[in-house]
Amino acid sequence: MSFKSIKYPAFWISVGLVALAGILPLITGSNTTRETMFLVLTAIALASSLNMLLGYAGYVSFGHIVFLGFGGYVGFYLIVDHNWSLWLAMLVGGLMAGLLALLLGKAILHLRGAYFALATIGVNEAIKTFVKNFDLFGGPVGLEVNFLVYKDYGGPAQMQWTTYWAIFGLALLAVLVSYAIKFSRFGLGLMAIREDEDAAMVLGVRTPSAKTWAYVLSAIIPGMLGVILFFRNSSVEPEDAFRLHRSIEFIVMVMLGGQGTVLGPLVGAATYDTLRGFLLTSPLFKDLQLAFAGLLLLLIVLFVPTGIVGWLRGRFRQLWRVLE
Amino acid sequence: MTQNNETILQVQNVSKRFGGLLAVAEVTFDLPKGQILGLIGPNGAGKTTLFNVINGVYAPTEGKVIFRGTDVSGWQPYDVVKLGLARTHQIVRPLQELTVLENVMAGACYGHENRSLHDAEEIAHEVLNFVNLDSRANQLAKSLNVGQKKRLEMARSLAARPHLLLLDEVLAGLNPTEIAEMVEVVLKIREQGITILIIEHVMHALMNVSDRVIVLDYGRLIAEGTPDEIANDEKVIEAYLGDPKLAEKLMSGE
Repeated sequence: MSFKSIKYPAFWISVGLVALAGILPLITGSNTTRETMFLVLTAIALASSLNMLLGYAGYVSFGHIVFLGFGGYVGFYLIVDHNWSLWLAMLVGGLMAGLLALLLGKAILHLRGAYFALATIGVNEAIKTFVKNFDLFGGPVGLEVNFLVYKDYGGPAQMQWTTYWAIFGLALLAVLVSYAIKFSRFGLGLMAIREDEDAAMVLGVRTPSAKTWAYVLSAIIPGMLGVILFFRNSSVEPEDAFRLHRSIEFIVMVMLGGQGTVLGPLVGAATYDTLRGFLLTSPLFKDLQLAFAGLLLLLIVLFVPTGIVGWLRGRFRQLWRVLE
Repeated sequence: MTQNNETILQVQNVSKRFGGLLAVAEVTFDLPKGQILGLIGPNGAGKTTLFNVINGVYAPTEGKVIFRGTDVSGWQPYDVVKLGLARTHQIVRPLQELTVLENVMAGACYGHENRSLHDAEEIAHEVLNFVNLDSRANQLAKSLNVGQKKRLEMARSLAARPHLLLLDEVLAGLNPTEIAEMVEVVLKIREQGITILIIEHVMHALMNVSDRVIVLDYGRLIAEGTPDEIANDEKVIEAYLGDPKLAEKLMSGE
């Protein structure tokens, strides 16, 4: 990222919004706010990560949750069975998710469009099945951490705050990386691929490696985040770690906010998560929350394919440098 | 194999087969540095396929493509680019949702000089000025009209600072004024020392700019020579137009 790009208001808007969301619980001092913001920041980190592939390179990864599940499992296993510190485990979880993306990228990124999307679903199911049958990871029962471990993090109550700040850090990191990619030479190559992959090749973009690195970058933060999530929940099982519908929710967030922009996934994640919270607590809609996500995706694709931020950019040209 | 320093591109006995269709058949020619070589032939003669073989979109079924002394047969397009080749597409392929400037910057960034984003922006403005499109720099590429999109294709390929430029029907679909402007651009490109291989159906323009012309018909090279020689070659006229009188009319640009 060049220093020039930091001058753009878009940079400060994105970082400012995440920072604001992050410190809100400090201002209100309530645990309820913290838990609400925890979900929002999680959504921001995951949607922004997915956007690196979906928004910039134009590749739809339906099974992106696999990186959260796999990275999380690896890191959590290291904590549970090898007494690793949360932070080291988080880093390794992220790296393993990145490594998985690297290997997968070599195998399935030559597929285009719907074929790639289908392959990512298959990968998620395959890894879930593998973990279910992998004794080291606890098989179908999963893993559980001894509560005594929380003592090292100031006890269970303090641990809630510690992990909250970790998620906050990951959300910020995801936005910074998104921003850095968007205004880099690498990002320009990815966007060329998104617009016309064959033309990009003729322009000189090394498409196989560019796509693979986008995939790897989009996988690392979800992997790290998985470790924090599982640690905070104190347990994990395969059915929870690899929920395909969570993947689809990330796609809805990115599309709702505006794919290919830095701000879009932020707006989309916050909006969708707020709606979701509302629906889940409403007696009328609580069982229809996923149906609602599907309907929302349909409406976006049909009527506002560029999402909220994209629509605003198209509508008000003077906002071009503000909303990116 | 003799290596001639003055020859930038050697196409040696190249064939390209798609299943049962022989699209390019045993084509051989040399392109000397600094020249403009016209490539003509009826629709479906295999001209664009030959371009695609030269720049790596297709690997030749047989034969070799030697670019700047290196055998690039079967290379990927992005690797051939790094040796200094750029091309435009017959059907323009702008990166629709990016601005005109970003389109051209992509050409500079990923062309054979591998420029940084910062340098690329400078080069992009320079090239856009050259093709008279700089006033549109911040517009989305999809908002341009056909003539402008053609100039954008040209600018994007020029931003790569190529040694050899493949132009695929850059004049098609343009009005007479635009054609005149584009011809001027092509001649100015040659003045910069860039070698050009050009496919064109607008005959009088092609005959004016080309140093030499080669003719493809059903994938085979049927003639090679100066524009005058080609224009008066019975075989070419027969294959290309079927009617010598019509040919005369087209040559005069009416």
